Amino acid sequence: MLEIDRLSFSYARGTSSKAAGRHGASGPSCDVSADSAVGNGRPLLLDQLSLSVAPGELLAVLGPNGIGKSTLIKLIAGLLPCKQGRICIDTTNLSSLSRRERAQRIAYLPQMTETAQVTVFEAVLLGRLPHLGLQPSERDVAMVDTIIRELGLAALSGRRVSRLSGGELQKVVIARALVQEPRLLLLDEPVNHLDLRNQIAVLRNIQMLTRAHALITLVVLHDLNLALRFADRFLLLGPRAAVTTGRMEALASEAVGAAYGIEVIRGEVGGLPVMVPVVSAA
Amino acid sequence: MNILVQALAKPSAVQADDAAPSPRRAYQRLLQQRLLLGLAMLAALALLLLIALGSGSYQLGPSAVAAALVAGPSPAEREQLVAAQVIWSLRLPRVIAALLAGASLGLAGAVLQGLLRNPLASPFTLGISQGAALGATCAIVLFDAGALHAVGTEAMTLQAPMSVVGLALAGGLGAAALILLIGTLRGLTPEAVVLAGIALGAFASAATMIVQYFASDTQAAATLFWTFGDLGRAGWSEVAWLAAALVAIGIWPLRAAWHYNALAWGDDLARGLGVSVARQRLIGTAAAAALAAITTAFLGVIGFIGLIAPHLIRLLIGGDQRFLLPFSALAGALILLGADTLARVLIAPVMLPVGAVTALLGAPLLLVLLLRQRR
Repeated sequence: MLEIDRLSFSYARGTSSKAAGRHGASGPSCDVSADSAVGNGRPLLLDQLSLSVAPGELLAVLGPNGIGKSTLIKLIAGLLPCKQGRICIDTTNLSSLSRRERAQRIAYLPQMTETAQVTVFEAVLLGRLPHLGLQPSERDVAMVDTIIRELGLAALSGRRVSRLSGGELQKVVIARALVQEPRLLLLDEPVNHLDLRNQIAVLRNIQMLTRAHALITLVVLHDLNLALRFADRFLLLGPRAAVTTGRMEALASEAVGAAYGIEVIRGEVGGLPVMVPVVSAA
Repeated sequence: MNILVQALAKPSAVQADDAAPSPRRAYQRLLQQRLLLGLAMLAALALLLLIALGSGSYQLGPSAVAAALVAGPSPAEREQLVAAQVIWSLRLPRVIAALLAGASLGLAGAVLQGLLRNPLASPFTLGISQGAALGATCAIVLFDAGALHAVGTEAMTLQAPMSVVGLALAGGLGAAALILLIGTLRGLTPEAVVLAGIALGAFASAATMIVQYFASDTQAAATLFWTFGDLGRAGWSEVAWLAAALVAIGIWPLRAAWHYNALAWGDDLARGLGVSVARQRLIGTAAAAALAAITTAFLGVIGFIGLIAPHLIRLLIGGDQRFLLPFSALAGALILLGADTLARVLIAPVMLPVGAVTALLGAPLLLVLLLRQRR
């Protein structure tokens, strides 16, 4: 069980998540302060956010650009210091854990920026790092072998990751997260730059693995319909630190419209829930 | 038609599944191949060692070299005395210095390229070697740490090796700190970081010349060789220094190879795997700079070894740092020993400074790499 209790966060003036990471600068630039709530003269990204997610549940984190989705994920992953509020996994407070202990519980998949020049097997083996002594043991190698087969990557195992397609690479990254044996899986926009078929394949994989391994999974998504299709629960971040959480019914068209500042209609097509933006002629 | 496609597709799909090698076994085979490559490089090193010891104005065959090595520095039989003299006091220190310096520079280059995620990084292209040369020159001229004694024999003594090494370290670490600062604070591209490094190197070289201008004749002669690295002045004490530095400093990056593997995937992913990114980058860069600075303190600026060696290895085995780091050290040793042997025999009896030879070979390679960087 992941429990977030009254979590608040604001960046020091003049910095943002994108500016703070040195190589994150390639992402789209965003102005955090423009619409956010203001506390102590600083933009407040998260205001007393409370949330709990059970094992086997997939939570979609939604909201417009720059609203704090990646920031929330980084806070949970421990990349940013959690100063106000608490984040616990199975009653263990994350801030009481060392880097290594945290990495043994949490697998964090940032937005992909760089890849190493290694084979698929080596890329997945890297996920054992938080459990590793000086060198990987027989057991580490066997585990990588198993997960590579489970995800259908056996034929690609010896290939360099630079020669993979976007969908294949995403699978490799998920395989690496799984050999980390996490309780909690955090994915920041895992299906960006993928075609429709691969978006569905990757998310179905994540959904299946979340249930099979009883993971607590948080996925940052931009596509509302993919979220509706694959997520069990939703966290919608809106302007001025507004938050909507809940199951399917929480994702009402009013809440979504308010968060993104556009009008949306929710309906059903072929028995599946869909959400469509209304684009005015102007 | 559809049935035909299915009929054709199905068995092949099943076959592909069966024929797909076990990922684990394929990985273990990969490890074995790399081990073999490592052994092959060691064998090549041993062979090159025999050739290097035998060649020069006093030619010795491999068997004569081996005999002299076995007999020791003071052999019982008189006819072996000359060979022992040539091997043990002239060639062996030079050759071992080449191995140690090449390994230090190759390792330093691999560490810098991995930590800065910059394939153009090396002690030379980042100005670290030139900074160390400036420090060593300052030690000699300003603090009277050494002078060229008898000009004819090219023997040089450092009256105070500690202060030369100390200031070379200060110069090298200072240059590395500047590069880290420039590269991380301003978020420069890899190409821009190397441009900054080249500017820094040019600045340090110019400052070195100005310091030399104020030196006495013997001091100036002693500082001259920092401009172009030369293995000729390596004696047994230099060899001991180099060996101690390589072992004591080289162990740090080698132990952190898995962390470097994580860093290759970006800082955020490495942090998620529990890597202390800032600490690793600081320690690793300092270790690389120290290795290059100590090499430079004793042998002068030897460029491009740290650039070429990791590139060669990455071409052969890819980017797994567990192998890339030690193999880059081996490749650096091979290249520098090869270049020095070439420099000694090319227009014998004149011995060219090896730094000039590596620069002649390495500069075109840097150009090629720069051109290939354009995507």
